[in-house]
Amino acid sequence: MRCMVMVRATAESEASPPAMPSQRRLAEMNRFNEELMQAGVLLAGEGLRPSAAGARVRFAGDRRSVIDGPFAEAKELIAGFWLWQVRSMDEALAWAQRCPPPFDGECEIEIRPLFEAEDFGEALTPEVRASEERIRAALASKSA
Amino acid sequence: MSEAHAHRAIETVWRLESPRLIAALIRVVRDIDLAEELAQDALVAALEHWPAEGVPDNPGAWLMTAAKRRGIDQLRRRQLIERKHAAMDPEDEAFVMPNLEALDDDIGDDLLRLIFTACHPALSAEAQIALTLRLLGGLTTEEIARAFLTPEPTIAQRIVRAKRTLARANIAYEVPRGDELGKRLAAVLGVIYLIFNEGYAATSGGDWMRPALCEEALRLGRTLAALMPREPEAHGLLALMEIQASRQRARTAPDGAPVLLMVQNRALWDPLLIHRGLAGLERAQQLGGAGGPYALQAAIAACHARAARAEDTDWKRIAALYARLAQATPSPVVELNRAVAVGMADGPAAALALVDALRDEPALSRYHLLPAVRGDLLEKLGRTDEARAEFTRAAGLAGNERERRLMLERAAK
Repeated sequence: MRCMVMVRATAESEASPPAMPSQRRLAEMNRFNEELMQAGVLLAGEGLRPSAAGARVRFAGDRRSVIDGPFAEAKELIAGFWLWQVRSMDEALAWAQRCPPPFDGECEIEIRPLFEAEDFGEALTPEVRASEERIRAALASKSA
Repeated sequence: MSEAHAHRAIETVWRLESPRLIAALIRVVRDIDLAEELAQDALVAALEHWPAEGVPDNPGAWLMTAAKRRGIDQLRRRQLIERKHAAMDPEDEAFVMPNLEALDDDIGDDLLRLIFTACHPALSAEAQIALTLRLLGGLTTEEIARAFLTPEPTIAQRIVRAKRTLARANIAYEVPRGDELGKRLAAVLGVIYLIFNEGYAATSGGDWMRPALCEEALRLGRTLAALMPREPEAHGLLALMEIQASRQRARTAPDGAPVLLMVQNRALWDPLLIHRGLAGLERAQQLGGAGGPYALQAAIAACHARAARAEDTDWKRIAALYARLAQATPSPVVELNRAVAVGMADGPAAALALVDALRDEPALSRYHLLPAVRGDLLEKLGRTDEARAEFTRAAGLAGNERERRLMLERAAK
């Protein structure tokens, strides 16, 4: 299974100009990322600029409007994320608990499993049925 | 937290640590069974302490210390027994007490040694696979058995025999160097790819452990690429597996029927895995490994991954890559695939000449795709009667009911 692992923002991460992590924290995070990589868990990961650099598109029915950052409620925002491939939610939790503290103060990491192919099930049926029709017509593709 | 929950969490942590733990223990005690036993003892210690004290900040180091403490006690007892035996029979080899303090030495390549040992050429492919999943994936015998649809005792015995073979052959527990390395690395890559294919080939939806095998292989591939970042083929294999895995969602219909590559809904392909695969392939090429068998296969897979629509596929390039692959690893199956690509690039006549050259190939005499491909080419050339005969022959050889039906339908056209 795959998880998105989100580091929630804090006042520190939302500050302008952004407070850059200390060398020690960078080194610790780097070591953690390397551990994730060696365990074959790490698929992707990025840190995000403060929400002041971002924007939102709000939908109200068909109407769209743009709202520029920064956004209030720092702890509802995210400051960075990873994508992990793990065997279970337990494993994701075990990894998240050995992450070095992302910020000085109180902060949170949130783990959310991704939808996987089997979760879609019936929703794909018409699409796949159509492609099945095509299979009968196309045999040259045996190199699949 | 309930007790059951706490135990599960502890076992999860232990499973994450166990490959390194066992790898370090084997280095010191030089015996896989004993190393596993001591690692298990460390798990027991964790189950005693962690529920009350919480999981320590550095669980790996904690488990190593626990294994050391319990190991010293256990080995002393063993030493005593052996001494008594030795007193009775002077011929008996004296028991050498391993220096468990050496567990604290950070050797750095413990995990790599473990990989090379589990995939040692003294073992059969089946034994290599079972031992690799057990020691490096931390999978239980039961899980491996379920994954391979094999009875548990069979797997258990395979592992026991493998360990015995390694012990008897007195195999050096090391990362091979020099000329040895290339050959031994090829064996490791082969084991990982076999595990991947075992999972990838299973298309029935109910087999939930099968995709898990693909994931285990991907994990192992990523670990190997991280541990041997300068080895192009480690990146090549990982790239190949990631690009193939990117199609997982598209290659099976909800009823379990396989969907062939050229008719897959490409919107279902996983862009992250494609991106990772293409980056890995580039890395392999930058390291000078463009001509390696896995890098070449990854490059072929990449041609498909890069084509937004099936009709955009660069068949000329694929045919050229198959030609290089056929040189690197000559095989009639590769040659047949090359013929298909040539057929797509240069038309059926050119391909038919290649396929005809394979007709007397003993390795392909029972391979249904040979007449299937030949029939397809003949049909395109308007030689309908000959095509029908080939499709009928293919139907007779197809092991899979769905494919058999497809061939019979084509023969009836």
